[in-house]
Amino acid sequence: MQDAADPAQAAPAQPGAERIRRHQWLAVLGQAVRTPRGGTGLGLVSFVVAIAVIGPFVAPHSPDALLTVPFAKPSGSFPFGSDFLGRDVLSRVLGGGWLLLLMAVAATVIGIAVGTAAGVSAAYLRGRTDGLIMRTVDVILAFPQLVFALLLLSILGAKLWLIVLAVGLTHAPAVARVLRSATLDISERDYVKVAELQGMRPAAVMAREILPGLSTPLMVEAGLRLTYSIIVMAGLAFLGFGQAPPAANWGTMINENRAGLALNPWAVIIPAMVIALLTIGTNILTDAIGRVALGVDRRPEEAVLVDDLSPAEGRVA
Amino acid sequence: MASARAGLRPEPAGAAASRPAAMRRAGRAAHPVRYLLGQRVAVGVFTLFVVSILVFLATEVLPGNAANAVLGRTAASSPAALHRLEAALHLNRGLLDQYWLWLSGLFTGNLGHSLVNGQPVWGYVEPRLINSAVLMLVTGVIGAVAGVALGALAALRKDGWFDHVTAVIALTVTALPEFVVAIGLVILLSTVVTHLLPAVSLLAPGTYAWNAPQLLILPALTLVIVIVPYIQRMMRAAMIEALESDYVEMAKLKGVPMWRIVLMHALPNATAPTIQVIGLNFLYLAGGVVVVEYVFAFPGIGQGLVYAVDNRDIPVIQFIVVVLAAFYVFMNIVTDVIALLATPRHRIPR
Repeated sequence: MQDAADPAQAAPAQPGAERIRRHQWLAVLGQAVRTPRGGTGLGLVSFVVAIAVIGPFVAPHSPDALLTVPFAKPSGSFPFGSDFLGRDVLSRVLGGGWLLLLMAVAATVIGIAVGTAAGVSAAYLRGRTDGLIMRTVDVILAFPQLVFALLLLSILGAKLWLIVLAVGLTHAPAVARVLRSATLDISERDYVKVAELQGMRPAAVMAREILPGLSTPLMVEAGLRLTYSIIVMAGLAFLGFGQAPPAANWGTMINENRAGLALNPWAVIIPAMVIALLTIGTNILTDAIGRVALGVDRRPEEAVLVDDLSPAEGRVA
Repeated sequence: MASARAGLRPEPAGAAASRPAAMRRAGRAAHPVRYLLGQRVAVGVFTLFVVSILVFLATEVLPGNAANAVLGRTAASSPAALHRLEAALHLNRGLLDQYWLWLSGLFTGNLGHSLVNGQPVWGYVEPRLINSAVLMLVTGVIGAVAGVALGALAALRKDGWFDHVTAVIALTVTALPEFVVAIGLVILLSTVVTHLLPAVSLLAPGTYAWNAPQLLILPALTLVIVIVPYIQRMMRAAMIEALESDYVEMAKLKGVPMWRIVLMHALPNATAPTIQVIGLNFLYLAGGVVVVEYVFAFPGIGQGLVYAVDNRDIPVIQFIVVVLAAFYVFMNIVTDVIALLATPRHRIPR
């Protein structure tokens, strides 16, 4: 009986239904943030984002100015001492975060967008499209993520847009795999069939009917990929592939100053701690969202398929 | 997934014997493990072929050409040097010719010379390959044993303090970049707090990692810390499932002592699904060694790759990337097959 009523209602009910679904993911997010873990995660992320965003405006010195002797111990005007060139560590930490964050977010957006488009089309269009997309995914997954990024950078040089693009593209295959399996479930649902019978074009079905139903896996994926983006971006900066030398960057700072660990360890400890707090924060928050969305205990067989059990597909891998 | 489909058709073990001989042969040919192995190897070889084309073409899309890129500004001032380098890189030949030369070189070991130090690529990379392999093996074995043990302990004391503490540590550590873990260990163990271990793992040329095991400790410890939480979490979940299963209940009712149930029944059954995660962590190590080797100046392929990218040493980059991709593809196949073998119902031919 419900089936008979559905086609007639589908068209007018659509915007409303979508709003309800949109509410659902907001509700998941709200619920996650209210759990102890989610709250801690949000707190950590907000703290580090605040440092990165407000930092450049409140820094006591210019981040690039040579002010004192190299690796000076902490003192009144330099609370965390100086770095290998005698620059203020505090000012460089305050000024060295915003670009790293911006690049990580941009790479995540690229990875999620490309991966979602690929995964949803593969699952919904099936057949040859599916095969082509998933084999491409296999090929990209044959490179460890950092190695793929290094390969791209070795060709064109360490340009910032290229780093963002490289990291984004290496996220896409893993995202595509997760969303493909999620879409396979949804594309069998009645409301999708109804839309098809009404003659909706495949692109419209995917965008308007399937995509809203993917909001929770998308949220978890976005959180996971953001964590990995920060890890890879900071890692590349640590290896020397980031902004050009005078610029401050948390990853670069750790590498620059480790020669002076015995003289002024704070020049390494502070940037390392900021990066750690940020990635721990995003990870805990993502974990909280996942728990609310999927239920706390997953059976081991299912858990094997959840790629967050292995760093292989996402991390600096 | 092929494995999921295989599970849909359970067949009594005796069914194959009652079938006519011809059918039995057909059944054996379609043995799921062998079928999957063949399929995966075929896909893997194809993937590597595409990877080799991609890696090769990557160097071709350089604006100008590789020789120009390597020589930089001097290229314009010294056409003779440019010409020599072009000849050395075979850039004066056709694209297909170049690819063929390089691809056959992968198999004969004749990969040309490093553009930076003039050493043959194979001679330069081989000792690094061995060092990295030693590091990965040591890390993988220690990580697997530690992860399985800690996971089993957490499951036996489910919701106890140990379980909660390891859960929080796992959540924290899995989020840490490996260079942050590495730097933390350097601060704790070899510079600021104590001076127990050397902060860099410099090896004299011609010596291998096993000649100086103390230099392996910090890089291996870093990677172990990174992979253990993943294995521990999987083992914990599998062990909890095993301990709640009917056969453990049955054994308890029969009066089998608890240590025997845990060691002889629950542990082997829980380890099986964990092996796949261990395999995936070996996979991860292929990328993880890059940063960690760089931190400790450990002379492996990861550090070699970073230096090569820094100096645009194209023949070295090409070779190391292909080697890492080959290892990745190979471990993927091994992991898939182990996962299949670890699930008894998938072993039965359909």
